[in-house]
Amino acid sequence: MIAAVKTMDQILGQHRFFADFPSDFAKLIGGCARNIHFKPGEYMAREEDPADTFFILSKGKVALEVAVPGKSPVVIATLGAQDVVGVSWLVAPYCWLFDARAIEDLRAISIDAKCLREKCEADHDLGYEMMKRFLPLLTQRLHATRMQVLDVYGKS
Amino acid sequence: MQASQSTEEDPLLPAPYRVVERVRELDDVTTLHLEPRTGKRTCVNPGQFNMLYAFGIGEVAISISAAGETERGLFHTIRDVGKVSHALSHMKEGAEVGLRGPFGSGWPIDGADGRDIVIVAGGVGLAPLRPAIEAVLAKREQYGRVTILLGFRSPKDILFPQPIHDWREQHDVELHVTVDHADADWRGHVGVVPTLIQRTNFDAKNCLAFVCGPEIMMRFSAQALLGEGVSPARIHLSMERNMKCAVGHCGRCQFGPHFVCKDGPVFPLERITSILSVREV
Repeated sequence: MIAAVKTMDQILGQHRFFADFPSDFAKLIGGCARNIHFKPGEYMAREEDPADTFFILSKGKVALEVAVPGKSPVVIATLGAQDVVGVSWLVAPYCWLFDARAIEDLRAISIDAKCLREKCEADHDLGYEMMKRFLPLLTQRLHATRMQVLDVYGKS
Repeated sequence: MQASQSTEEDPLLPAPYRVVERVRELDDVTTLHLEPRTGKRTCVNPGQFNMLYAFGIGEVAISISAAGETERGLFHTIRDVGKVSHALSHMKEGAEVGLRGPFGSGWPIDGADGRDIVIVAGGVGLAPLRPAIEAVLAKREQYGRVTILLGFRSPKDILFPQPIHDWREQHDVELHVTVDHADADWRGHVGVVPTLIQRTNFDAKNCLAFVCGPEIMMRFSAQALLGEGVSPARIHLSMERNMKCAVGHCGRCQFGPHFVCKDGPVFPLERITSILSVREV
């Protein structure tokens, strides 16, 4: 028996990030999506490059890094399966703020964010649904970053 | 409380113990292996602590950091943060220390049969959880999924790297180590340990969670566990306060209506929820 091939909007619908996402909108986003693969060490994005893509990770791990002149890059966070890489596509001037480097064999869905931005402009309900998903993500990451800054394991 | 032979008569009287081995774990963390000068060896429950007395300097509460004490003596992992812990950290093999204990409640492992176990440790908070991890792994078949999430400041601050490796390689566990800061050579996770909780698979309705580390880390780990649907009755935290007498007389370790030395140090979250975030407590 041949397994039915899933459409991109069906694949996206299985992702935690898009859970309960309205199916009409999932189809719209599916039109901007494609599967992508990175080998360990490959960069998915570089700091200051145009943020015209974001990624939904299916398998593997990514390091978000900041380049430090004359030194090894500093890793800010690692992200893995079910995580989203890239939020800068939402905010002008739409530039990546970090390097994103695959540290394991990586499979992901790449979303054409330029295309999605235009769709969000044309349909504000879609834009609002996207904001409802990205805002908690930003809040969680800000919260985690604050905890890192607290240096809770340091000598008090 | 399970009193040792040395404290049955007077829990305030330290018994003499000898340092048989001193292991430098990290720059500021040392493990002392202690054996009693006289009398039979002490039996302890994972999560309990002893009061260690550096003669002429002072006494400090230190958790017990390895299982099997009746066979191998007692192991205490000490972070050098004050005058007493500094003196203890620098004790030579053969030196004598005073010891009272064991005191306090332990991790409720006995009631965990058939459940998933989630262990969340941060920094030197792994030390009091190590006996619990070893006890669970020794009877691995009695439990469901076992998840161990460990957070440290940086890769060079990872405590007990060899046991961590052995737990991961030799047992059926999901074990993740994360660090707050790393360079590009580090291949593991970077991020605070509570962020790992929502990325792991465990049955939130049928699990027991044991959490130990800095209080901020425990608070946010507890929030993450609650967010996953774990009941506050099944989240256990090991609280740290300034313990002096260890028998609930002096009141130094008062934590709301509780004394950490006598009623804790391990508390179910449901007993301390209302006071956990009170600033003055």
